[in-house]
Amino acid sequence: MKRANFSNPWMPLLFLLPQLSIIAIFFYYPAVQAMQSSFYLEDPFGFGSTFVGLRNYVETLLSDQYRKAAIFTVVFTFLVSFFSLSISLLLAYKADKVLRGGSTYKTLLMWVYAVAPPVAGLLGVMYFDQSFGLFTYFVADFGWDFKLGVDYYDTATAMVVVAVWKQVPVNFIFFLSGLQSIPKSINEAALIDNNSGFSRFWTITFPLLAPTAFFLLIINITYALFDTFGIIDMLVKAVPANNPMTLVYKVYLDGFRGNDLGGSSAQSVLLMILVLILTVFQFRLIERRIHYT
Amino acid sequence: MTDMTSENPVILSSKEKPKAKKLKLSSIIDHSILIIGSLFMLMPVLMAFTTSTHDHVTIHKEGLMLSIGDQFAENYGAAMFEKGGFTETVDGLTMLMNSLILGIGFAVGKIVISVLAAYAIVYFRLKFATLAFWIIFTTLLLPLEVRILPSYEVVHSFGLSNTYTGLILPLIASATGTFYFRQFFMSVPDELVEAAKIDGAGPFKFLIDILVPISKTMVAAIFIIMFVFGWNQYLWPALITTDETMFTIIRGIRQIILAYAEGNNIPEHGQAMALAVIAVLPPVLIVVFFQSWFVKGLVESEK
Repeated sequence: MKRANFSNPWMPLLFLLPQLSIIAIFFYYPAVQAMQSSFYLEDPFGFGSTFVGLRNYVETLLSDQYRKAAIFTVVFTFLVSFFSLSISLLLAYKADKVLRGGSTYKTLLMWVYAVAPPVAGLLGVMYFDQSFGLFTYFVADFGWDFKLGVDYYDTATAMVVVAVWKQVPVNFIFFLSGLQSIPKSINEAALIDNNSGFSRFWTITFPLLAPTAFFLLIINITYALFDTFGIIDMLVKAVPANNPMTLVYKVYLDGFRGNDLGGSSAQSVLLMILVLILTVFQFRLIERRIHYT
Repeated sequence: MTDMTSENPVILSSKEKPKAKKLKLSSIIDHSILIIGSLFMLMPVLMAFTTSTHDHVTIHKEGLMLSIGDQFAENYGAAMFEKGGFTETVDGLTMLMNSLILGIGFAVGKIVISVLAAYAIVYFRLKFATLAFWIIFTTLLLPLEVRILPSYEVVHSFGLSNTYTGLILPLIASATGTFYFRQFFMSVPDELVEAAKIDGAGPFKFLIDILVPISKTMVAAIFIIMFVFGWNQYLWPALITTDETMFTIIRGIRQIILAYAEGNNIPEHGQAMALAVIAVLPPVLIVVFFQSWFVKGLVESEK
């Protein structure tokens, strides 16, 4: 709130009304419903539901399928974050450093931001498909029989590659803006003290970028968890079978294909808790970020 | 990378010859890395375009094509106007229109609602301001994907399936925009509202005549981000639209994959790629042309 402000009593309510009513109807109501139905067992034919306490949670956490998806989600999130962050850091550092063509590279490296995840997934199919994929042809020469949608690890590889490709632009934009905000005088001082570009990067530039990197790590984890749905759905050609899937994909699958409302809701609530933990973590990082800069 | 000349080439390279040579090597490495990176980003979409100019039999036999074929008009024509290419009753043009409505409707709706809410939170003495703040900002925690099933049930029970309202409103139910405008309004100097009050301007007049005009670039920046976000939505439109005339173009992409999965006859790769190119073109053009606004919006909004 501002020091100077208006004191009209009803007008702010009027201004808040659209936002509050939309989130009440389309956010709080569904979220509460998810929590509620996670404690119930829905009759698959729609004849009411029975209260089952924590059974949905216990069954979810004990199921092999869920554990498999959880492990995949963790590995997938780690790989996607690691590769997209390191690739874009390298590219941003170079784009900041070159004397000519910096802005051209910037455009070339960031436009993929606008490509929708499912389109990225479709392009991924074109590259990794068994019968006509370019990558499949290529690795066949090295004796790698790449089977998208059949072999678990091959499919996982394709998912990681496409997800990284889609996420590089966002990281690149933030890293570049972080690099450009480092005062020139610091770089010049470092240049006098240290001859090696490599060690200059790790001792001066990287620590100054650390707050950006921490913040991006959270963004990347959120991306890998939630925004990769389209990529995964495309790469498995909407037929998940025994293919790797993330927890969000499983929420969708159990809820809409499996008609397991209770189980799917329990998974939703578990994801909510996960996001809550991430957010608390993020707020603490933001506090630290202020100290840095 | 291992020399000091690259940062300051003029002074150093004129003094010492060997360093000049080293400088060249280091900048060649830098440029090579950037070119490889650019190609990595560019190639998939570029090859989708070149492939989309070939007929499907060639593509099926030879895979992705790097040359430009002669089927451009046929494939794009079919993807845009032929009903039933992939989706039985809907053509590309209708899907494009639906995507446009979703993108613009989402962006405009979100901006209007967030500006109003942020204005109320920042500029009014409000008893329950903190409560309103928390009610709104809790929504940042849970993306639609997490509460997808109950959201679907709620929207469906309101009879909003296959309507633009049902498509757009649940996506608006989050606080990203409000948070962003709150940050911006906080940075606007207090003197402005004091001066306006002395001049006798009420809250409405201050909002319309002063605050909105000075927020113009911010609004443009957030519009681009939101438009791209709305245009690229996939899971929600896939669930809430079952009537094919309501499909967005991104939703239409899913039909391609479903056709592939069935795999009865040779898939129309050319048309599929044409549709993919059409689907990415509008948001890509906006991001490229309004690059500086877009980058500003992205970097500022995530702070």
